[in-house]
This record gives sequence, C-alpha cells and structure tokens, in this order.
Amino acid sequence: MTTRTFGEPVLRREDPRLVVGKGRYLDDLGHGSYEAAFLRSPHASARIVDIDVSAAIGMPGLIGIYTYDDLDGRVAEPLPLLIPHPNLTGGRTGYPLAKEFVRHVGESIVMVVAENRYLAEDAVGMIEVLYEPLPPVVGIAAALAGDRLVHADVPENIAAHMVQEVGDARAAIASSKNQLSLDLHIERSASTPLEGKGVYAIWDSDSGEMRLWSSTQTSTGVRAAVAAKLDLPLQKVECTAPDVGGGFGVKIVHPWPEEILIPWAARLLNHPVKWTEDRREHFISSAHERTQLHHVEVGFDDSGRILGLDVSFSHDNGAYTNYGIIVPIITSTQLLGPYKPVTYRVEFKSLYTNTVLVTPYRGAGRPQGVFAMERTMDAIADFLGITRDKVRSTNFIRPEDMPYDHQLIFQDGRPLIYDSGDYPASLEMLKQMIDWDGFKEFQHEARKSGRQVGIGIACYVEGTGVGPYEGGFVQVETSGRVNVSTGLTSQGQGHQTAFAQIVAEELGVPIEDVFVTTGDTRRFAYAVGTFASRAAVMSGNAIALAARNVRSKALRIAGDALECDPRDLEIIDGSIQVKGDPTHSIQLKTIAVLSNPLRYAFDESTKAATQFATGDTSKPPIPDGEEPGLESRDYFSPMQSTFASGMHAAIVETDPDTAEIKILKYVVVHDCGRLINPMIVEGQIHGGVAQGVGGALYERMEYDEGGQLLNASFMDFLMPYATEVPFIETGHLETLSPLNPLGIKGAGEAGVIPGSALIASAIEDAEGFQIRKMPISPSELWQLRIDHQSGLIPSLKAKEIQV
Amino acid sequence: MSESLFEVQVMVNGLLRSGQVPARRLLSDFLRHDLELTGTHVGCEHGVCGACTILLNGKAVRSCLLFAVSVDGQEIVTVEGLVNQDGSLGSVQQAFQDSHGLQCGFCTPGFITTISAFLDENPDPTVDEAREAIAGNLCRCTGYQNIIKSVMRAAEIRRATDFSGSGIVTA
Repeated sequence: MTTRTFGEPVLRREDPRLVVGKGRYLDDLGHGSYEAAFLRSPHASARIVDIDVSAAIGMPGLIGIYTYDDLDGRVAEPLPLLIPHPNLTGGRTGYPLAKEFVRHVGESIVMVVAENRYLAEDAVGMIEVLYEPLPPVVGIAAALAGDRLVHADVPENIAAHMVQEVGDARAAIASSKNQLSLDLHIERSASTPLEGKGVYAIWDSDSGEMRLWSSTQTSTGVRAAVAAKLDLPLQKVECTAPDVGGGFGVKIVHPWPEEILIPWAARLLNHPVKWTEDRREHFISSAHERTQLHHVEVGFDDSGRILGLDVSFSHDNGAYTNYGIIVPIITSTQLLGPYKPVTYRVEFKSLYTNTVLVTPYRGAGRPQGVFAMERTMDAIADFLGITRDKVRSTNFIRPEDMPYDHQLIFQDGRPLIYDSGDYPASLEMLKQMIDWDGFKEFQHEARKSGRQVGIGIACYVEGTGVGPYEGGFVQVETSGRVNVSTGLTSQGQGHQTAFAQIVAEELGVPIEDVFVTTGDTRRFAYAVGTFASRAAVMSGNAIALAARNVRSKALRIAGDALECDPRDLEIIDGSIQVKGDPTHSIQLKTIAVLSNPLRYAFDESTKAATQFATGDTSKPPIPDGEEPGLESRDYFSPMQSTFASGMHAAIVETDPDTAEIKILKYVVVHDCGRLINPMIVEGQIHGGVAQGVGGALYERMEYDEGGQLLNASFMDFLMPYATEVPFIETGHLETLSPLNPLGIKGAGEAGVIPGSALIASAIEDAEGFQIRKMPISPSELWQLRIDHQSGLIPSLKAKEIQV
Repeated sequence: MSESLFEVQVMVNGLLRSGQVPARRLLSDFLRHDLELTGTHVGCEHGVCGACTILLNGKAVRSCLLFAVSVDGQEIVTVEGLVNQDGSLGSVQQAFQDSHGLQCGFCTPGFITTISAFLDENPDPTVDEAREAIAGNLCRCTGYQNIIKSVMRAAEIRRATDFSGSGIVTA
C-alpha cells in the first residue's frame, strides 16, 4: 500500500533547508550587486520645488542618482491601477519617483545606486530637496470635510462610491418592531511580514534578457508589469519569487516603484542591482489596511430575526488606489457572514487621505465587516434580553438553504453564492469547546471574588479561492522523480508539502519522490498569485487535475506494455500493477522512459526507448493526439469562489484596577472543507489568530494630524510576542466544497477575521457596557469605564449576565 | 574619501574567518554579506525582532546591534553552525520541523539560536519558561504556539539523546 498522505499531518518538506539557514530570501541573493537606497518624502503633502544633488556627486562608491526627470518611456508613467472597477471613478496612482507632488510620508522621490547600501544611504543623506508643504488630509473626518484635497482633480476626496441593495432595507427597518443604530470604528494595522519587500535584477545585454527576483506574492504579475514598463517582450523577462519571509497581502500589490526601478537601473547600468526594504521603509512606503467607520441601522422582530440591515461606511484608502476598491467591496459583501437578513443595503465611500496607501492585509475588509455584523448581533441580543448564541442561530443560513444566493456581487465580479457550510453544527461544536452553558456559573463565581470575566463569540464566512484560474504541471522523470510546478508563490504556507501530498495521493507515488516549485515564471508562466486564501483551492486542484492526466496516460502506456485493460491497473508506491496482482507490474519510471521515444540512449534505463528497441513499426513513434513525456499541464478555473467559515469564542478577564485585558481561553471552530494537511491548517489558524489578537488589543498605525506615522518601528508598533498570544484550541468541521474536485476551501486568512469582533464581545460581557471601537488598549478601556460611570455610555441591559 | 578599514578575525561555527571592514559595518552585514552566511536574517535593524540573533561566546545576542569590529577575536555560532557534526539537523532544528514551528522561516534562525542558548542554561523548562524564553523574538506567521511546542520538543530530543548541546556550540 502506498502510505496515505492526503489529509495527514505530514511534516513539511521545506523545513530541513530553512532551519539550517539554507533558505534563500531576497537579500540573501546578489552578493556583489550594486544596491539602491531611496530618498523618501518627509511630508504628507507637498510640492517638490527643487532637488539639489550636487553635494552627493563624487561620494565614494556612488554609481547614479535618479529623479523623476531621469525616467523614460513607460517608466515615467503612473503606476498601473491594478483592479479597475466602474465605481472607482477617481482612481489615482503615484509614479515610481514622485512627479512634482508627494502625497504621503515615505513616497519615493530620489533613487541612489551605489556599490553598497551604506554608501547609497550616505549619498541620500547629502541630497537636498526643497518642498512647499501643503496642508495634509489625515483621517476619515478630514477626508469627508472635503475642504482640502489629496488629488486636486478628485472632488471631495471620493475615489469610489458604491451601493448594493437587496430588497428595500430602509422600508423594512422602518416597519420593524425594533430598531437599533450603531457606530463602529476599526483602526489601521498592516501586514508587517518579518521580511520586507526586495528586488534584485540582472540584465543580460548579450541576449537582451531581464532576470528578476522579487519578494512578491505574484511573480507572474511582476514579470508582466516589468515587461510592459521596460518595453520588453514577455519572453525576455523571467521573475522568481525566492523564499519569501511572509506576505499577508502587502506583497500582492505590484509593481511597487522599486520593482520597476531596480530592473530599469540594472539595464541602464548593465550591472546587477538590488534593493532590500528596511523596516522603516516598510512602515511608511508599502501599504496598510483596516481603517473604516461604519454606521449600522438594523430592524428586527422580537425573536431577533433581522428584517432590514442598512450599513454605510467610510473607507480610508490612503493616498492612492493601486489595488482598486477590493477591501471595501469585501467588507460590504462578507459582512453578512453566516446570516440571512431579509433585506440588506450597503453603501460605502472610499476616501483619499495623505497616508500610506491601503491594500489588502490578511482578512482584507472582512475583520471590519465581521466587527460590524457581530457587534450588531450582540446589540440585538442585549436589546431583546436573549442570549447571543440564540440571536445568531435565529439568523443563520441553514444547511438546507445551500447553495445560498445573497443576490450581491462579490469581489471577483461574480454572484455571492455560498456553496456549502453547516453553521448550526459549528456553533454547537464551539459552545461545547468553550463550555458556553457553564460560563455563567464561572462568571458568577469570579465576580464574588472580585474578578471580571466575560465571554465573547464571533462568526464569519470567507469567500476563498477566487479566480480567475491557476495551473499545475506534473512530470515524471525517468528516474522516478516527480516534478510539480505551479505559478503562484509561497510565503510560508507549506506548498511544497501540501501540493506534494496531493500528487502523491493522485499518482500513487511516495511523497519523497515529489518536488514542488512555485513562483518561478521559468517553470510555470501562467498564474495569478497567492492571496485571498486561494492557493490550495486553485493550484491544489489544478495540480490534482494534471496528476490525474499523468495517471491515465501512465495506465494507458502500462496497459499496452502489460497487455491488459488500463482499467484493471492501479499504481502503488510508484509501481503500476494489475489490481491485486503485484507480479504483473511495471515501474512508473519505466513508463516515463517508454513515453518518450528516443534516438539516443545515455544510460541503461533509456535504452528501452530507443528506435531499435521499441516494437510496433505500423504506428508513428508518438501516436496521434499524444505528446512525448509522462507529463501534463492542466488548469482550474471555477465559476465562483468557495465559502469557508468558522466561529471563535474567547473568555477574557479585565483587571478592575488597571483595565488590563487578558485572554484566558480561545477556541476556534473552522471549516475549510476537506483538509489536505491538518497540521498546516492549524498553523495557519494560529498565525491568523495572533494577528487578530494584535489587531484587537495592540496594533494601530498612529498618524498625527500632520500625517507623520509616529510609530514606524517595532519598538512602537506593538506586534504580539509569545506572551501576548493565548493558547488556541482548534476544532475542525469538514463540509466539502461541491465546486472543486478535491472538495477543499481556503484556510489562509480565516484566523484573523473575527479577532476584533470577538474580543470586543468578550470585553463588553466583562464590563457591562458597549464596545464600539477597536483596537482597545487598557487606557482606553479605563477611559470608557469613567465615561460609563458618568453616564456618557449606557449600561448593557445585561439580562444575560445577571445571575 | 574612502573609509578606513579594520581587520577582524572571528571564530565562526568553528572556523577562523577574517575580513577588512569599515568601523560602522554591522556584525549582521559582516556575517551575511562578507562571509555569505545568510542564515542570520535581518528583520528590523533596531534590535527588536530578534531575527538576527546569534551566539556570541555562547550567549544569544542581536547581531544588528553590534559592529563587526567589536567582536574581533571572539567566538560566534550562527544557525548554520547548529547542525550536528554529522550534518543532520541539530536538536532545536529538528524540533522545529517536528512541531511545525515555522512557516515562512524568516524569523526561525533567530528563534533557533535563542532557544539553543536557553536550553543550554535550562535543559528542562516548563511551558511558561519556554514562552518567556522566546518572548523577545517576533514571528508573524505561527502565533508562537508551535514554537513553544518546539522548545519543549527540543528539550525532549536533547534528553533522549543525552546530548547536552547540538553541534559546534557546546562541542
């Protein structure tokens, strides 16, 4: 029997290399290349009056200094607007180097290339830029005021305005017996991978070819962008994502200015050039996400059933809209979670501010949407005096409702139709794991001893595996080695293991024989990228399809060789045999030899495929419709996304004196369909939860009114350490997706999504007053207590917590 | 005007390595770019993330906060030096694979060196001690749960092999 691998916690095949320091991340490449450093804007909004580089000329090791005026051809054009949308009427992007205006602190103005980074930074320090500072627009209120504009030609700072409506929500609310309105606020955080961005380029002037490495989530995207910008044929550009030290969304954006400028400089100088982003650069010149202000109006009956839900929100998109309006579109659609309000209206404005641009960070608009929806659920429960699980249950889409059509358009331009899921079963499992019913007693006992504890709950549904497609290539070498490639990239998701598990299972070979390459355009040129919890769904299924093709071809050739019906054959441990009869067998690697008729033999095994060795002269060596080699390429392009789901519950304790917030217990129920590798999925959940806890309690980008990011370092931006993340208990539910051959759904983003909603719910329960703004620090909670005591914030009705 | 260069000789992973460096050359850059030992990673360059942690005379230190010239004549072990003498994975390295203690792997070398030094001092830690031991290193992928597990697993491997250290560090 072939050892079963699909569904097993197989140890990662990438680890032995990474744990001994043999990973190759961007800055590990290119010893001896020139290095670039950038002069970046110290102003949030300014006109560039003059750039004086004279003091830098002649500095040791200096190779070149470049400003906007030095750029040529399409490099001098604005960066691409990656995802156009009809509602994005005011879409704007910056230039690789600023042209006259800068619109956020950190925007690149001058590129210096020198023999190494130290010398490049020395030269940057000598360049004088004269600015005419302009009053900046910082924060949603300033953007909405509209008296100052981020882009002179975008009135009211509105990049996009969008409304989606199902039924007449406003009328439904007006005629409902009960109504509530809530204002809900989430602040900015960021992906913050431990490795920042980086680019390395080698120009081969003999062949006119560009070889490029980028720490990116899409090497095919970078390749296409560089070819277009540098006016090179696509075939003359190859891009590899080497080992990538985390992405979490920020590296799906492309091309970053540096991804254009570094290859441009490498060609200009005919010398390898590299740029490695430092930590401050990553804070002020990559991307952030999350700031949104939501206003919710909801109408419901006495059972808590939502009859009308009307959500309007403002989204701060920063200074540019390179990635379009994906984030607010996701909020507006995924806000609904596992619920089915009778009517729904959602409206958003996407607004420019003089801050770092906003693009998806793991969760991508869902944490905000879930915060809005789940806070609303808790508010309804409190208003009616029913339990929080009951109000959720009352509004659930039931398993028998699947597929459930929300009649909205999702982020991929396709209908928002949930394919599968069992939300009541998830809730039941969650309640068991957290001992939901036993909590009241625990809370009561804790209060008697002066402790404040609260329990929270939050549910989400996540559209995963968005299109348009991914591809997979599977090839059996004559040695028995199985090469697998797919175009999308890896940033720690364990693709070399999970995809190998799929191929081992489909092909019947030991996993040790399977070798996976991702993110290298030389190996697979058609791809979209790794984002939106899509890699396992998209590439996993494409690879499975390719493996199935290889399997049928192998069985067909083996059938000829063994003179039997291929349907009577099976592949076990790399050997094809008549079912139940191992004596009639042929090695898969021998089939690989036979699949490729040869003129020249170069070892013992290939002799069998040479022209005097193979028989039947009545047919061409390659039969009609066949190709040489035991290999296949296939693609997976589903009609729509598949919808994973989950629910988290947590118990928190808040200190009565200091308002410190401690998470005592954290449980997760997660449903991503059929699991390929539960160990990897749990790892993804742990990491997501840690980011969710960070977003709920610690992380925020602190801009002052001048548009300066005050905490652009790891000293001041508080990412959780091991001491801040609770132990996470995970339960898996597997409702298979009917939309793909493997029955899987995405898992990458899930853990982070309900974080803020959950912790707010638990703190609210502990404190007895409403929490409407996240993240929350001890000092903010302390202030809320003061406001609550002075009557500024009402108490919860709190029937649920009266024991 | 070119910078003055200084001779540095360091014992790195058991081998004597030398170089000519400017006074301001960071030890992390010296290791990574002059000696091409790129297993030591740089995540923040201000001493907070811990990715650049190495062992200097057996103690875990941040190589981005030291100048190469300041370690002249001293002894360094990097993640590359923590393999067993037969080239197999050292105890902490093996524990990371066994426990799924890494995802992207960028912060991992700093954790491995930190944990290695910790277990030399405390070979039989409690879970709370394990958590405290890694609480100065940032990881954005794992949520730390499996890194804590890796600490416990590494201690277990060390006990099982009755092997006080891994590789060159204590050899």
